[in-house]
Amino acid sequence: MLDKKQLKKEQIMQSALELFASKGFYSTTIPDIALSLKMSVGNMYNYFKSKDVLAREIIQYISAYLGGKLRKINEEDISTKEKTRKIIEVYFKTASLKPEMIDYFLRIYLSNREVFKDGCEGMLCVNEFVTEIMIYFEEGVKCGDLREQDFFSAFGLFMGYLGGMVFLKGENVLPKDLNNYVDDIAFNIYKALSAE
Amino acid sequence: MKKKMRVLWLSAIACNGNTHSFLNYPYIEQFLDDFEFIYHPVIDSHYTLEDIVSKKIPCDVLLIEGAISKEFKRVDVSVVDIIEKYSKIVQKIVTVGTCATFGGIFRESGYEETSGMHFDQDKPSQKFQDLIDKTISVSGCPVHPEVLVNTLYAIKKEAILKLDNFLRPKEFYAYTIHNGCTRNEYFEYKVDNHRFGELEGCMFYDHGCQAPFTHGSCNKVLWNEVNSKTRAGLSCMGCTEPTFPKQNLFSTKKNMAIPENLPVGVGKRVYLTLAGISKAFKIDRLEKKLFDD
Repeated sequence: MLDKKQLKKEQIMQSALELFASKGFYSTTIPDIALSLKMSVGNMYNYFKSKDVLAREIIQYISAYLGGKLRKINEEDISTKEKTRKIIEVYFKTASLKPEMIDYFLRIYLSNREVFKDGCEGMLCVNEFVTEIMIYFEEGVKCGDLREQDFFSAFGLFMGYLGGMVFLKGENVLPKDLNNYVDDIAFNIYKALSAE
Repeated sequence: MKKKMRVLWLSAIACNGNTHSFLNYPYIEQFLDDFEFIYHPVIDSHYTLEDIVSKKIPCDVLLIEGAISKEFKRVDVSVVDIIEKYSKIVQKIVTVGTCATFGGIFRESGYEETSGMHFDQDKPSQKFQDLIDKTISVSGCPVHPEVLVNTLYAIKKEAILKLDNFLRPKEFYAYTIHNGCTRNEYFEYKVDNHRFGELEGCMFYDHGCQAPFTHGSCNKVLWNEVNSKTRAGLSCMGCTEPTFPKQNLFSTKKNMAIPENLPVGVGKRVYLTLAGISKAFKIDRLEKKLFDD
């Protein structure tokens, strides 16, 4: 069970995420976030010492959220092809239900590296998510479904594709809902990574 | 005159690598003051192999080198029969080296049902079941001479040796070869960047080093009292393990960048989490030559 402080921290992160998505990261201040939760600014600092600290914890929170979903898929006794589809579904579902999360990842985390340079070096703050993607690849290669290749060439293909689609969705360029693309994207990604 | 412990060194299907490695034991004169070989392939003894095979010469310890098959004979007698004869009179049996313990490379020898004395690779063998309590295994290709000698002294002193699941003394085999390797810093920060024979870099990531999942004391009890493979800049080949020898010993088998064999007892998620953390940092000192001149 989450303790009270952790629960409050998650509430703050959720509100911050929504404000970042609507107002933008730099235009949102700690007082804005405090106000949205009817908290005093002073109390807010009991939870996060600065906006940068909050920013780093949010990316870890998102990574843990998505990593947890992916871990369940990795632990299922299903083929790599089915796992591929399920990972895409989870990613798109998160983008639809919690658009602020993926938005934060793509527009804030990846675009404002100066905020994350201390404490989020390399993939430190997205470790849980990346670890599950690595396990998905590793097990796929080990059982002969996926072709052995450099991790980043596979990772870039997979996550770049999904990120690109969510980005297009955010720009209101996609004519259809994300779910309508799952079949084709799962086919394309699996075909590109497959050992066949 | 003090009583020497009488030892029979019996070679089965072997390259005699252990025999020769044993000759590098630095205190062999002292050893031969305390032990007498009733027969050894290259050290003079009172008896010939014919004597050993045709008679039952009093003996305290039977050392077996090489893989075992009923078909393989010494002086026209099956090694299995020789082992059975002497096993009845000795206090202890020691399987010397990986072939005698697990079958090793000579599992491929073509003799019928070739294996180690109690194990066929990692599978327990049904042969010699009644001798398990008498046996100690000292695997390695070859076995480290000090490991063999110290095991023999433990037998002589009637010291109780705790054994692992492959009957190997924990004193020497509870460790991994990684333990004591001078390249541990490179391992910790995931820097391979190695060229064979050079001092820098950890060979686990790209160069096939099996030290983190191989049991033995090579980096604790040094070879010739000076060095080890990994210290000298060559990957550990896993020679003490039932899986020895593997193929492609100089490259790390990876599945999409993740080593297929991880350090003993380390789960994949734990390994990847730690790897992610240490990969995030670049330690300049570990990227440079140690002696930069």
